[in-house]
Formats: sequence, structure tokens, C-alpha cells
Amino acid sequence: MSTLTIIYAGMFYLATLLLVAGLVFKIYDYSRTPAPLKIPTTPAPTTQKGVVYRMAKEVVLFESLFKSNKWIWVFGWLFHFGLFLVLARHLRYFTEPVWSWVGFIQPFGKYASIMMVIGLAGLLARRFVVDRVRYISTPSDYLMLVLLIAIGVSGMLMTFVAHTDIVGLKAFFMGLMYFDVQPLPADPILLAHLALVALLMVIFPVSKLLHAPGIFFSPTRNQADNPREHRHVAAWAARLDQNN
Amino acid sequence: MAAAEFETPELKDYIEVPKLREGATAHVKSFIAAKPVQDFMGYPHELGDDWKERAIDKMGDLLGKYRSLKVFLDACVHCGACTDKCHYYLGTSDPKNMPVARQDLMRQVYRRYFTTAGKLFPKLVGAKDLTKDILDEWYSYYHQCSECRRCSVFCPYGIDTAEITMAGREILNHVGMGQKYSNEILGKVQKIGNNLGLPGPALEDTLEGLEEDIEADTGVPVKMPMDVKGAEVLLVTPSADFFSEPHVESLIGYAKVFHAAGISWTLSSHASEAGNFGLFNGNYETMRKVAMRIRDAALELGVKRIVVGECGHAWRVAYSFWNTLTGIGYGGNDPFSIELQKQLDPNYPQPQHICELTNDLIKAGTIKVDPSQNDDMVVTYHDSCNVARASRMGTEPGGQFTIPRELIKSVANNFHNMADETIYESTFCCGGGGGLLTDDLMEVRVKGALPRMTALNNVVKEHQVNFMATICAICKAQFTKVLPKYGFDMSMVGGVHQLVSKAIKLD
Repeated sequence: MSTLTIIYAGMFYLATLLLVAGLVFKIYDYSRTPAPLKIPTTPAPTTQKGVVYRMAKEVVLFESLFKSNKWIWVFGWLFHFGLFLVLARHLRYFTEPVWSWVGFIQPFGKYASIMMVIGLAGLLARRFVVDRVRYISTPSDYLMLVLLIAIGVSGMLMTFVAHTDIVGLKAFFMGLMYFDVQPLPADPILLAHLALVALLMVIFPVSKLLHAPGIFFSPTRNQADNPREHRHVAAWAARLDQNN
Repeated sequence: MAAAEFETPELKDYIEVPKLREGATAHVKSFIAAKPVQDFMGYPHELGDDWKERAIDKMGDLLGKYRSLKVFLDACVHCGACTDKCHYYLGTSDPKNMPVARQDLMRQVYRRYFTTAGKLFPKLVGAKDLTKDILDEWYSYYHQCSECRRCSVFCPYGIDTAEITMAGREILNHVGMGQKYSNEILGKVQKIGNNLGLPGPALEDTLEGLEEDIEADTGVPVKMPMDVKGAEVLLVTPSADFFSEPHVESLIGYAKVFHAAGISWTLSSHASEAGNFGLFNGNYETMRKVAMRIRDAALELGVKRIVVGECGHAWRVAYSFWNTLTGIGYGGNDPFSIELQKQLDPNYPQPQHICELTNDLIKAGTIKVDPSQNDDMVVTYHDSCNVARASRMGTEPGGQFTIPRELIKSVANNFHNMADETIYESTFCCGGGGGLLTDDLMEVRVKGALPRMTALNNVVKEHQVNFMATICAICKAQFTKVLPKYGFDMSMVGGVHQLVSKAIKLD
């Protein structure tokens, strides 16, 4: 087995471990931290069912962002929905036999990469063009977009310009999943693409990408507006009641 | 110490998003609380040698107690959606008044001390060591936020800058940089019973005087009872209602409503204040202590209903937090809340807003009104931020918008809304909320009122509006001060129950 294969196999095992462990820790940490007061941004749904509906609209349609700024909404939604299709398409490299719906969305997933990169480019352009957004941007804000664009573009190159050894790639990843490491095709574009993805996986749980799990724990969006009907008390606050 | 000179912004036809002017209001510094004030609150009054450790420790403590803080500091992606949403940014052009930049003042420190990325690569992710300069910026800019939550409406993750501001002020208090205005008031309300520091006898005199005025005016002996055991309703209202103009007109309105409906009611000298500045300071225990006065008064007087007068942040605390803090509400199954809840009349929401009460009475025909009494008025309605974005009225989401408007329309014939993007959940703060209603912050108060003044100016030009009704004591006091700066008459602002008071039939 080549050194290259060993390096990439180790890299993906490590990246997966850090991603999963980091996210599990963060989600555990969010879930055990109380929200002592009812602070939904109102008007808010009065039932738990309503909260699920509100959250679904936020996650799928970016409802609040739509109210806020149509440019960010267009670019942000193009990027995220494109990414979603692209990721779904990639499931074919991790399943055997390939699930039928994954097969069905292959063409959509291919062209979704264009949506994704256009969205990212728009978001990056705003960081340069809009003075308010430029003011708040840190180096990592730019680099994150550059990283995602690089992943998107390297992927598109392999889809539309210079095909890689996709059969060999699938064998490599299936091998990783079954702890039976297979050789990785030594295509420079593919190697760049994979290294950048591994980097993204490592960054995910220690960066602003935490907005993905974070939104589900956001008290202004996930609480029902029913404080007069239900008494809501956090454990650390309930102790105060006993001193009276 | 004289406040800096400044110019009132010019009103334009629409609300303009200004170009950044860095440091435009960096000089703004609310007066710091002195030793006796801080002593009473249990905070230091000056920075000790260990201020930095104390600040970081407090931040860690809050991160463990408030999921909002932890998630909000992590989740922001710097998308910029909030950057043009804050009235203080729109009015001052200072980029640190953009919600995200205000949050970043704390986020940079959070990242440095509490996140892996910030510990390893501070420059990359904008993390910074806590310094005295940063602490001073916190003090300045966390007192240029009215905790109005407008940014939280537009944030894709619901990040509420008010939560960050509250945490910032809490940390500042713990290192010895309390704000004079809010902390003095928190002392008065706990020692005397209300924010204005009116002792019981003075309050009684005031109420008697008002009773005489009403009788002279209407010929009807409308009463303003205090500390009456066994009354049905305990009315808790902001103390400004007792003697500030135009607030007192609404108090007269509430009294007339109770009189006309034949509901026995009482005020409490122990709980003669609905306002709760504990909210502004972000300290749960202070907020709870202040709220407990209402529970104690309710238990002592044996009332069956608790009704809250026209006050924005008080209604937030009452509606959203009283049940949590004091058991005023329903659904408690612990001895602490059952003690109070078994006494309350389950036919009514607890607590109830005075607008809910009056609107129901008018709809049921229990009280009669003659809207033509307000025919000299062309009315608009200013949604107060805490009512609009942090509470509700009635049974349906959005009742906090429809019920006050329904009520206004039933007592006045001429009503026009201001522009859509400036009302309901998108309402602009008056500019004086959240603990900023003090003369030492006049510059940000006047500039922060610009978006609301612009929207008002448009309905004045278009519909000859001459009265802006609102249900918040702070809004009323703030507008009384800033309306003249923008060329309006200060008597243009008043309460919804000021209109009710004129229209209600008393016999």
C-alpha cells in the first residue's frame, strides 16, 4: 500500500473522529445548558407542534433571513440547498448497492454544484463590497468561503472537466468504512478535493459552522410562547423557590 | 459633567442606511454607579486588581447558566443580516452599534478564553485578550443597546443581542462598573417600593388628588384605592403613571374602566411599580427579588386577578417571566406556585394586560364608549419593543398587535398605521428603552429615535396624524423629550388609556 493511501486513510479516520466527537460534545453541551427564561421572539407559536413548523421554515427556507435581506437570502439559500443536493449525490460513493433515490438525484446533484459555488461567490463578494459586512468580517470568514469554493470547484472539475477514477475512489471509501483499506487513486485534483474536505470536517465543530446544530438550540426560535399557562423553571433557578 | 454637544439628525422621507463612521459614539459613557448604590446591590464600585479574572469567571458562570448566551456566541456566521436593523446604528452610523459588532465585543473575548480556535489562532478568528480598553468599550456600547430585540427578528438563528447586552452589563456590574441610572432605580424599588422612590403617604396624597380631579371633571366619584384587602384585582402599573405627564392620563383611564365595569380593584403601596430594571441588568436574582414584591402583595391582599398597566418591559417581565420567577400564572405543581395559584381566578389569564381587560369589556358591552369624543385626534400606534417582540396578549400569536389597535379603533374614529417595516414585530424602539432613559445618554436617545421619528413624520404629512398612542411608560417619557427635538409637539404622545379615558361613558 502506498504512503499516499496510508496518509489519506489516516487523515479521514482522524477527521471523522474529530468531527463526530466535536459535534457530539457540542450538542451534549448545548442540551445540558438550561434556558432559564422564556425568550421566544414573538409572535411565536403557542404549541410544540407550532415550534416544529417554525423551526422547519427557518431550516429549510431561511424565513428570518428572507425577511431581513434578499441578497444574503438568495446567495445563502443557493449555497445551502446546492450543498445539500451535492452531499446527497455523494452518498453513492458510500453505499453499495446505491439507494434508488440517490441514483435518481445524480443529475440534479451535479448541477447543484453550480448553485453552490455561485451562492458562495455572492457571499464572498458581499464581504468585499458592502461596507458593513466588510467591517465585521474576520480572516476566518473569508477563508471559510474560500475553502468551500475550493472544495466546490475541485469537485466540479472532476465532474465536468477531468474525470477521476471514480471506481477506485469508491473502493477506497468503502474500504475505509469496512476497515479494509484499499488504494486511493493518485489524481492531484482528487487529492486536493479530499484534503480540503478533511480540513472542513476538522474545522466544523470548532468554528462558526456550529450554526448548523446551534439553530435547533436557539431559545428565541425553539421555545413555545405559553408562559402564562406553563410554569417554566430551570433546575438552578428552582432552588431559589425553596428559600422562600 | 456636561454631556457632549450633538446635532439632532435631519428627517428624510425614508429611513436611510448610513455609511459607517467609526467611533461616532465611542465617547458616549453613561454615569457610573457610586459606592452606596453598588454596595446595596452587592457589587464592587471600582475595578480591583483581579477584575480580569472576575470578568472571565463571571462569563463562564453565565455560559453555564444561559444556553442563549452560549449558542448565540457560537452560532453567528457574520452574514450581515442584522447590520442595518438597529435604530442606534441607523441613527449614529457607529459600526459598533450594528448588532453583530455589539455582540462581537463579547464574542472576541469568548473566543479567546473559551474556544479551541480562539486559544490557538486568535488573529484568524478575531479573538482578543480582555483589556481595560475592551472593558470600556463594553461599558459604552452595552449602554447604547435598548435590548429591543429587533435584530433577533431578522437573524437566521434568532441571535438576540439583548441577551449579550444583559450578560455584558452583568459582568460589568461584577467587576465594579455598574450604571448609575439603572442601579439607583433598582435600589429605590427594593427599598421604597417603586422606581421613582415615592413613599406610601406621598402616593396616597397623589391618588386622592387625582380622585378629586376626576370628580371635578366628570362629576363621578371614581376611586383609586390602595392596599384594599379582598379586592378582586391588583393593578400593578409603572410608577410614572402616578405623576408624570402624559402617563397619569392613562392611570385615570384604568380607574374609569374599573369604575364603569364595577370591578373592585386596588393598588399596592408595597408593589407600587410594574417596572423591573432587573431585566435590563440581566441578573436573574435581582429580577426575581423585584418581581417577588408583586407576589407578596397579591398574597397579602388576597386578590383574585393581577392586571398590569401600560409598561413595555414590565409587560415582558410579567407575561413571560412572572410565572417562572414568582408563580404568578398557571401550571405550577410545586408548593411555591400552588400557594398563589389556588387563590387566582382561573377564568382570567394571569397576569392580564390592561388592554386585554378593557378590550374584552368593550366587546362584551360591559362598558360603553363614545369614540366621537376623540374626533379631534388622528391617531397612530407605536408598538413598544418588549410588548411586540417579547410578549403576547390574548390567545393568538400577534394579539399584542391586534388587541391595542382594536381597542384604539373602538375609542377613536381616525386611525392610521405607520409604514409596515416600522410596526408590529419590525417596530423601532423609541430610543430610550433598556435602561437608557437618562439624561447622560441623551445623544444616543435622540439619534436612536430617528427611524421612529421618520416613520411618524410620514404619517403626519400623509394623514395629518396628531397623536401617537403607546403602552409603555419609557416610550412616553422618551418621546416627550425627543419629539420637540424633531420639531413635533411633545403632547403628541400618550397612552392608549388616555384615549379610553376620554371616550368612556361613566353613567
